[in-house]
Amino acid sequence: MDVTLRVDWILCDGYGLCGDLLPDLIDLDEWRYPILSPEPVERGRLSDAQRAIDCCPMKALKLESETVRRRPG
Amino acid sequence: MTDRSTTRLLSGPSLAGAAEGLGSHTSRLGPLPRGIDSSSLVTELEASGLLGRGGAGFPVGRKWRALAERPTGRAVIVANGAEGEPASLKDRVLMAHRPHLVLDGAILAANAIDADEIVLYIGQEHKAAVESIGRAIDERRGGVRQPIRLVQAPIGYVAGEASAAVNYINTRDARPTTTPPRVSEHGVDGGPTLVQNVESLAYAALIVRFGAHWYRTAGRLESPGTALITVGGAAGEGGVREVELGITVGEIADAEATPPGRIQAVLLGGYFGTWASVRDVRQMPLDPAEMKRRGLTFGCGIVGLLPTGTCGVVATAGIMAYLAKESAGQCGPCVHGLRAIGDATGRLASGQAGASEVVDIERWASQIGGRGACHHPDGAIQLMTSAMNVFGDEFIQHARTGRCSVTGSRIAAA
Ligand SMILES: Cc1cc2nc3c(=O)[nH]c(=O)nc-3n(C[C@H](O)[C@H](O)[C@H](O)COP(=O)(O)O)c2cc1C
Ligand code: SF4
Ligand code: SF4
Repeated sequence: MDVTLRVDWILCDGYGLCGDLLPDLIDLDEWRYPILSPEPVERGRLSDAQRAIDCCPMKALKLESETVRRRPG
Repeated sequence: MTDRSTTRLLSGPSLAGAAEGLGSHTSRLGPLPRGIDSSSLVTELEASGLLGRGGAGFPVGRKWRALAERPTGRAVIVANGAEGEPASLKDRVLMAHRPHLVLDGAILAANAIDADEIVLYIGQEHKAAVESIGRAIDERRGGVRQPIRLVQAPIGYVAGEASAAVNYINTRDARPTTTPPRVSEHGVDGGPTLVQNVESLAYAALIVRFGAHWYRTAGRLESPGTALITVGGAAGEGGVREVELGITVGEIADAEATPPGRIQAVLLGGYFGTWASVRDVRQMPLDPAEMKRRGLTFGCGIVGLLPTGTCGVVATAGIMAYLAKESAGQCGPCVHGLRAIGDATGRLASGQAGASEVVDIERWASQIGGRGACHHPDGAIQLMTSAMNVFGDEFIQHARTGRCSVTGSRIAAA
């Protein structure tokens, strides 16, 4: 199943740790909040993504399956 | 009622008078039909094609079906009358004058999805609406299966967002919450909750009486029905009108007795909406489907007429400053991004910024989309992007010369 990186914006503190860890997967804006690709994470990068998630101090970063995101209402 | 009359929601006693009481409401429209099973009711609503009137335009029937078909358990109806949008007046006018139609819709929804509580969530600043709905609830006592509660929403743009409304009802904190869970799964007191705009509910109460076919006899093009709109900024006073969908923007402006040459642009859909030049939209039908195809928004039915003597850059700066201030302050990209855009637009408006700030605004606008717990930043950048499209030359003029070509003045001091 395809999974995508997602941030809980209310939790995220913007220290940008995730972007420092995975600069090729996670961009940071000028306030150091992450800019995530809407594309699913490649299978080969899942463990890297998981490492960034584990390092997120606010537990704001997560992997989410497409089906959760697309439901309406 | 099978004519193509465009007065439906607002038919009945004059809006100059007081709220319509239960007696007049019932003798005019008949009682709310009872004993219709939930599934035929939802099917009728779906067949009507009624779209939500709170801004996003989601099909009402589909929303009711999703909740009606939930496995089991309690559910709650929230009638959304927060109306924090500064350019909109239609919900408060509807609630102040046709409170029983709104209550009918809420009761109908509660019966359709087997909800056990109804909450009327009304902006506290809309005093006449709060009073009128409060009195109407009293008039209904004893006649309604579900308890009806009136909750006054705090003042603020974001307080009317669905998860913010539920959060306020639950905890008195009117800030949006992270989704999922959606309010349809986990809402008021943890139960599945249907949050529906008051105009959407009122219309459902007419459709159950007169049918989906009747609903569809109005509407000139693709989108059926009539809608409440708020016309503003014109030479006249503006205000709330009920119009047949598909009416052109030009017709709406003409009805305000505003000479065609006196308008340069139109704000469509509200502060979350889109600017359009009057040239491009004079002949355009106010039809949500057609507007969407053109990259414009029907939103909550705002038609704001910008006079020729008013600068679009200044008007946009006012809106962006407001939207930045109204961020609920929880999500970084919304807080910092909207503030940056608001400040830069303000400096451009007052002739204190250069061309590089136009580029900055474009970059921020391209980065902020989808990066908040609610759609507040998405709406704000949609407005900003449309302003760049419509008033682009004027933005550049302000940046290059520090002068406004609309008012002709040196604006640094303004
Ligand atoms: C920032 C923000 C503010 C909103 N304010 C309102 C509001 O004041 N009234 C309203 O009905 N919907 C408002 N909405 C839309 C609601 O979230 C929700 O979609 C709507 O109440 C659903 O009703 P409808 O489907 O009948 O339109 C707002 C949305 C956002 C993102
Ligand atoms: S590491 Fe976590 S809290 Fe820090 S910026 Fe990334 S998502 Fe936000
Ligand atoms: S996106 Fe903005 S308005 Fe919405 S919850 Fe986050 S900070 Fe508040």
